[in-house]
Parts: sequence; structure tokens; C-alpha cells
Amino acid sequence: MKDSLLYLDQVSKLYATPQGWLQAVREVTLEVQAGEFYSLLGSSGSGKTTTLRLIGGFEIPDAGRVMLGGEDVTQLPPHRRDLHTVFQNYALFPHLSVAQNIAYPLKIARLPDSEIKPRLADALEMFRISELAERRPTQLSGGQQQRVALARALISRPKVLLLDEPLSALDAQIREDLRQELRQLQRQTNLTFIYVTHDQEEALGLSDRIAVMQQGQVEQVGSPREIYDRPASLFVARFIGKANFLTGRVIQTEPLTVAVQELTIRATAPSHQPLLGETVTLMIRPEQLRLNSLQPDPLLDLEQPNLNQIRGKITGETYVGQLLQLQIDTALGPLIATVLGGAVLGGEVNLTWPAFACIVISPSASA
Amino acid sequence: MITQIEPRQPTKPWLLISWSLLIYAFLYLPVLVLVAISFNDSPILSLPFRGITLNWYRQAAQDSSLRLALGNSLQVAAAATLLATGLGILAAFACCRYRFWGQRSLRVALNLPILLPGIVTGVAMLAYFSDLGWELSLLTVILGHVVFGLPVAFGTIYSRLRQFPNSLAEAAADLGAAPVQVFADVIWPYIRSAVFSAALLAFTLSFDEVVVTIFLTGRDNTLPMEIWGRLRTRITPEIAAVATLISVVSGAVVLCSQWITAQGKAPGKAPGKAAKL
Repeated sequence: MKDSLLYLDQVSKLYATPQGWLQAVREVTLEVQAGEFYSLLGSSGSGKTTTLRLIGGFEIPDAGRVMLGGEDVTQLPPHRRDLHTVFQNYALFPHLSVAQNIAYPLKIARLPDSEIKPRLADALEMFRISELAERRPTQLSGGQQQRVALARALISRPKVLLLDEPLSALDAQIREDLRQELRQLQRQTNLTFIYVTHDQEEALGLSDRIAVMQQGQVEQVGSPREIYDRPASLFVARFIGKANFLTGRVIQTEPLTVAVQELTIRATAPSHQPLLGETVTLMIRPEQLRLNSLQPDPLLDLEQPNLNQIRGKITGETYVGQLLQLQIDTALGPLIATVLGGAVLGGEVNLTWPAFACIVISPSASA
Repeated sequence: MITQIEPRQPTKPWLLISWSLLIYAFLYLPVLVLVAISFNDSPILSLPFRGITLNWYRQAAQDSSLRLALGNSLQVAAAATLLATGLGILAAFACCRYRFWGQRSLRVALNLPILLPGIVTGVAMLAYFSDLGWELSLLTVILGHVVFGLPVAFGTIYSRLRQFPNSLAEAAADLGAAPVQVFADVIWPYIRSAVFSAALLAFTLSFDEVVVTIFLTGRDNTLPMEIWGRLRTRITPEIAAVATLISVVSGAVVLCSQWITAQGKAPGKAPGKAAKL
């Protein structure tokens, strides 16, 4: 806790609405290490942007503390915090040229011209916008504006860079390219990025760690893999990616076995150990379901105890680019599976999935 | 085969044109006549035209009481403009940046003096100042002019400031600018042209104000008061010369203020939703 670069300690923020006080952020505790690419992921109204504004100093929390580099900055105004923000609309100064925009933080810091000039040139080169230096922000494309905003936020080398949905205003193709650049930039500079997004793909692809937020609270903090493979709550499981959900009763705890509609299924419980007789929700990611023909396959050991299997009939398919998403009717109810191809609509198949891919989700929100 | 499409022509273009000319004549003919009289080589304030002379302008320039009145008018207008614009900036800031109880009422109350007839403002302020025991002077005239100059300044500055994207101020603060610097570096460039045009408008309004001034002036006359006073006794084309000068200068000032406003809008128009390429 002491050695983390940024530490939010039970931070809460209230907003006045006509209906009364709205708790936009509820007792959020976060820890970000130096050099991390950390994402706040959530839908609109989840409190992710408010959390970022609390870190940036644009809002003062009603409760809790904000620590930056071991120092309590809770009450400090934005201009006295050693972090910079890339705003969603970039907030470039319209009356200044690109070069003046980028040099602004150095000007404010009263650096001599002899120092500003080379650093400005470096920044322009690094973001490949040297030829745009004399233009006004309104003469730039969205992607170029974004580069200028990044250059301006990074030129004075802050401890932390805050990014508020920086890609959301861009076209899909540019967004893809800039995503890669952002990741590279963060690795090169080894700065701490705190990245707000509602786009799960973005968060999964970019982050070292993700905090999934909902209704002002943190649902789960973890690496992209942890969040995807072992969601701590039903909300996270539903919010990230697609999944099949089954409800059943625990009939054996060692090894964990769950009865779903009279069928027994082997499962794993990474987050909490369910009790005998407890009703639980199971999650299976569609790509974990393997389709096998009904003929016995010599390579497949169906007697393997940790492998679940069930028969099904393919009732529908959706083409989603490289993959085929299938709807399969089974005794467990309709399931979805994604495969590379080779499925026949209406065909009968044998579905298998290992116990470790069948995750027990704890019912309560808190991880 | 490609058919050439011609834009459809209006059927009776002369109708609209002549109607427009009529309106413009109604608006501007009296002023043009006055301008003509100011150059007319005749001692009476009327046509017919007898020949061109600059005599009246020369006389006006040498008339010491006119010069004194002009000096007073400039002083009053400058002081009233400074006060009205300064207060207007502060009020616009309060109404845009902060939420407080009675904010809307304050805005309405600030605009009300424009709607009040000048004669009401004049009588009210006269009664108020004599209650306070203040002697009438140019100072009371200045205060009277601030009353209607403030709403004009406030309205112009407020509507510009309301368009100001607050993320710009936040960005400046985020990059290390203290509140005063945020104002100087980001907010002022955005509202500057609106402030100038507000000041020019307030200046012209004050410069040719008569009604409120009648009630509040002491021994010192402003230029419009001087002209008005002379119209009853010594009518000479000298007045026409002065009036012509005033209209040329006010016209230039108003055009200038409009031009400044238009200039200011161009760069500040679309920060945020900028060009898509």
C-alpha cells in the first residue's frame, strides 16, 4: 500500500440530483503500481469517469483519501498534482498552434526557451507530427488531435497519465492503430497509465490490470486473463465477453460436482468454496465447448472423470468473422459455442468441456 | 443525353428590390439629408442645396462649448464603459461558472434595465441620488449610464462564456496552470472579442444618451445634451456637422464591434467537434 504509486483509500463521491444525493463513487479502493497500464472498465454511469476525475483533482471526494507517490493529494487542486490527463474530446486550445499547445505545460512551468525548444522538437518527432507544428487544432483530423493531446500531456513527464476514453471519438480503423501505439508508448516510456473505457476489448487488449466498475463500486480487479477466465461475479461474467450460464445445486464438494436438471457436472470454484446443497451459477465460455461427432473418437477419453459431456443438436449459426457462433439445444438448455467451422446445421453433436472451464460464480457482488 | 438544368428565376424580381429600396430610403434618407446640410453653404438648417463648404465643420471645431461637451461625453462614456464591462465580466462569470441560489433571478434582474424606459430610470436615479444627498455631476451621469450599459455588456459576454467548453479550463489546470493563469491563457482569449464588442456597444450607447442624462447631469453638459439645448435656440448647420461626425464615428464603432464578434467566433466555433478527416 505504501509503495504503490497511486492509492485510493475508500473514496466516495456524491452528486446532487433532483431526486436527492447520488453516490457516483462508493468506497472505492484501488492501488496502482508504477509502470502499470491500469484500466477502469465499466458502462456509462458506473463511476469510472468520476473516479478518474477524483484522481485528476477535478473533483474532491466526499470521503476517503487519494494518495499519489506516498503523499496525500486529496485536497490538492489539479495544477498541483503531478499527473496529466488526455481528455475525451482532447481539449486542445483552439487559439494556439499545435506547437504552442504541446509546449504549454513547459511554458507554465517557466522553463527557459532553450530547454523548451529541444523538448518540443523531440515530442513532435516522437508523435510524428513535426509537419503539423504550425497548424491550429481545428485543422487536424481526429487521430492527429489525439497525438497532439498525448504529446502535450507527456512532455513534462508526469508520474501518471490519465486517459478518459481517448479512442472513443475515432473511427474503427484508426482506433485499432492507435490502440497499438498507446500500448507501445506506455512500454517505451514506462509511465503509469490509468485508462478509462467502456470497451471491454480495449481494456482486455491494453491493460496489465483492469478494475471492473459497476454502480460506483469496483466489482473485480485483476489481469485481463483473470477477469475473463475467472470472473468474480455474475456481473463481470456477463459484462466481459459471451458466456453460457447454468444454475444448479452442489451435490459433492470434493471434487466439486453440481447437479443441473438431473445431470451431474464437474466444476471448479476459484473464488469461493461453495457448501453442499448450495445453489450456484456456473459459467462456461463458448470457446471452451468442444464439438465432437457422435462416433466414438479414439483420441478422446470420454471416461476421463474431469470432462463433462452432453449431446446436442445444432439449431442455429451466426457468422461472426473468423468464427462461427452456434446455438445448440441440449438437455441443459440452449448453449452457445464458437468454433472455427465444420458444423452442420441440424446435426447432432457431442459437446465436451473440462471441469476447469466450468466456473462457479459467487452470487454476491463483492469479490 | 444530359439536360442542362438552369436555376429557377424569380418571376418578379423588381417587386422585392423596389420594396427593399423603399425600406432603406425610409431608414437612411433623413440621415443623408442631415449629412448634405452639414456641407451646405447656407446658414439655415434646411435644403435647398447651395454649394459645398466645410465652414460648419470649421466652426464646430472652434466652438469651445462644443469641445468641452465632447470632452465630457468621452469621459463619461469611457468611465461608464469600463465600469459596465468590468461588472459585466464578473456577473457573467458568476452566472456561468457557479451555481447559487437566486442565479436565474439575478440574470433577469441584470437584463431588466434595458426594458425600463430611460425616463423611468432617470427619474428613479434622480430621486435616489437626492435622497442620498449626492450632488448631480458627471459622476451621477456615469452611474446612470452604467445602469443600461451593464445589461448590454453582460448579455454579450454571458452568451459567449456559456459556449466556453469547460474542459479547456480543466486541461489548462491539469497541465499546471493556476486559476489566474487559466483565465489569462484560455478563458480570456475565448471571450476577448465578446468583451471588446460589448465595450464598444456600451460606449456608443453612453455616448449619445440623452434621456437619462437630462435627469442626472449637473452643470457639465455632454455632447448630445449640448446639441439638444442648441436646437431650441441657435439652430445652425454647425449642429448638422457635429451630428454627421457622431454618426460616422458611432457607425464605425458598431461595425467594428460586429466585425470583432465575427472574428472571435471563427476560431472558437468548434473546439471539441473539430474537423473529421
